[in-house]
Amino acid sequence: MPVEIPKIAYSGKVKEVTLGKGGKTVTVGGETSYPFYLFEGAMTNKPKIAMEVWDCPPEDWAAAALEPFAGVTGDPVAWAKKCINDYGAEMIALELISTDPNGLNRPAAEAAAVVKKVSDAIDVPLIVWGTANHEKDTEVLRLVAELCQDKRLILGPVEEGDHKRIGAASLAYHHTVIASTPIDINLAKQLNILLGNLGVPDDLLVMDPTVSGIGYGIEYCYSVMERMRMAGLTQQDEKLQFPIICNISKETWKTKEAKSPTGEVPELGEARKRGILLEAMSSVALLMAGADVLIMRHPEAIKLVREMIADLTAS
Amino acid sequence: MPLTGIEIFKLLPKTNCKECGVPTCLAFAMSLAASKATLTACPYVSAEAKAKLQEASAPPIRVVNIGVGARALKVGGETVMFRHEKRFENPPGISLLIKDTMSDAEVDARLDRFIQLQYDRVGLTLRPELIALKAESGDAGKFVALVNKVKQKVDCSLILMSDNPAILTAGVKASAERKPLLYAATKDNVDAVAALAKETACPVAVKATSLDEVAELTDKLTKAGVNDIVIDSGARTVRKAFEDQVIIRRAALVKKFKPFGFPTITFPAEMTDNPMKEAAIAAMFVAKYGGIIVLSDFQGEVLFPLLVERLNIFTDPQRPLATTQGIYEINNPNENSPVLLTSNFSLTYFIVSGEIESSKVPSYLLVMDTEGLSVMTAWAAGKFVADAIGPFVKKSGIADKIKHRKLIIPGYAATESGGLEEELSGWEILIGPREGSLIPAYLKTWK
Repeated sequence: MPVEIPKIAYSGKVKEVTLGKGGKTVTVGGETSYPFYLFEGAMTNKPKIAMEVWDCPPEDWAAAALEPFAGVTGDPVAWAKKCINDYGAEMIALELISTDPNGLNRPAAEAAAVVKKVSDAIDVPLIVWGTANHEKDTEVLRLVAELCQDKRLILGPVEEGDHKRIGAASLAYHHTVIASTPIDINLAKQLNILLGNLGVPDDLLVMDPTVSGIGYGIEYCYSVMERMRMAGLTQQDEKLQFPIICNISKETWKTKEAKSPTGEVPELGEARKRGILLEAMSSVALLMAGADVLIMRHPEAIKLVREMIADLTAS
Repeated sequence: MPLTGIEIFKLLPKTNCKECGVPTCLAFAMSLAASKATLTACPYVSAEAKAKLQEASAPPIRVVNIGVGARALKVGGETVMFRHEKRFENPPGISLLIKDTMSDAEVDARLDRFIQLQYDRVGLTLRPELIALKAESGDAGKFVALVNKVKQKVDCSLILMSDNPAILTAGVKASAERKPLLYAATKDNVDAVAALAKETACPVAVKATSLDEVAELTDKLTKAGVNDIVIDSGARTVRKAFEDQVIIRRAALVKKFKPFGFPTITFPAEMTDNPMKEAAIAAMFVAKYGGIIVLSDFQGEVLFPLLVERLNIFTDPQRPLATTQGIYEINNPNENSPVLLTSNFSLTYFIVSGEIESSKVPSYLLVMDTEGLSVMTAWAAGKFVADAIGPFVKKSGIADKIKHRKLIIPGYAATESGGLEEELSGWEILIGPREGSLIPAYLKTWK
């Protein structure tokens, strides 16, 4: 019995954005269908993974997450290089944890100098992620933008409360902006419009819907992302056609289920594999919903997700 | 597509006899369309109209029941492609694979894990539902022995796996009262397996080598009077299996293509040799339309994330999960420990309790019923305000557990502190942080 495969006629397309500069740029977006619906559309650029690096030594990471980076967690440059050389990172996401006013509260100038050092030491695209504190991020990211002005960094999170000043600095120094909103499709659209009004061109914008992992509200960002894709691909909503970036690693590894050691709760199985799987399986779910860039931590979780992307796009 | 009230009205007797309890046939038709009445209330409806109405009201994807009793599983019945459009109805059944070529010790270990691996979360018990028994030895006696052994040890639902109708028959004879899923009818054995399914009234899976063949097989089965069907498209590569799930769901929902109007069964167990990869594939099928997901083995590190992902994706978007109101003791608190207050939105509870736990500061967490709303939403809706919180704290019994009289309220409810000091005389109200992530730092300064 011949089956007619029901296909959707998509009216829109995700915008293509090229991250980084020079030889090792990474282009994301460009999909013409729902994620991996390759029987009716194309994914010119496969989703990409950026590896997470912290600008200060992590204090409360699970042993399994620290182990692959033993010896380099005190040095962001060495850490980033290890990700690239040993684990094949296509992009680095530098988390400016040390700038958190509720934590180390490192001054902007010091933080920016670290970003500069990392960006000088690597040739893959560099994502720079603040602490979502508007005043501090404004101070830090503006300085970063200026200090690394020829680097085409990817700067975020840029939120409604600080978009003008960080957006203007990014624009002035030609960086890419991560428009970040709290799990709400309307706010996402609004911020994209505001950034557009500010003059940020479409090819310098990606959106962060604010994600969380399995057990901690993944269903919310999952549906917001699906709605963004639906709006962008089938309802000609141009302001929701940007690539989606998901900062998932921190969210999965900070949970008690990812940190609980083997044997503490026997039903939770082996701690190392559990942490890796919470990260990998959360990432797979986000890929299903429309992630274009995943920020990830554990090399084995990354390997699994890379394999899934390769398998899903295999010809 | 469900019929409209007017379309239903045309099929009714139009006598306005009122015997259904509604003044007119039109009103009755409207109630039917809104699922507020059932057709049995009309004594005069013709058999022809009945058939038409039943067909129209049948869900585009059939609900299939596997097993009986407490662990019976209901799969299918889905009505949307995206969960935000309404909700996903029936979570996929998670199945453990056991082969009749495995040693007794291996079988026992698997059954033990099947029984032990379950998890309490938001007042629910998360656990797997199914065991798939595969006849690999080719020996009906061995297969039946396995079926009996498993039956004796666990009360779960079963999948019997064999291409050989004789072995399948032997297996189902030993377990018919459990209403196992027969796996599978193929193009080579479909007549025999269809007869077996009919005779035993068990649900049956089709296993095809293409989508065209799926349609042929389900068509044959329905024509033979077998309707409780589960689909295996046969694809075992990630891309093909994924695309088949999407195509089957969409053809059934959007095109009303009857031969695909059944839940699916998927086999991460047969798609990789790496258990970690298998978990990643299973995670994909939870999100994208697997009706049953068969795993090669169960280990806590795989099963826990998978069951929680399933809970998350199948949560009704219109009805947030809530946790039970009450006092939660974290890190073994004593009479001098801090008391924190939060709402009963399950996500809020998980984040707040997780942060308190990681702070290692012994604490009491008071969770107040806010009808599943988060702190900010509940506060804005007038459900997390002083005159509601006060009585709750008094009735909660927390005062008997502590010597001090200090209550830490969420930063987002700071404006309630004045009102609360009036409601709870003798208490000191402290304003906690707005974000859960700042709780550990806050608690470390608590005295």
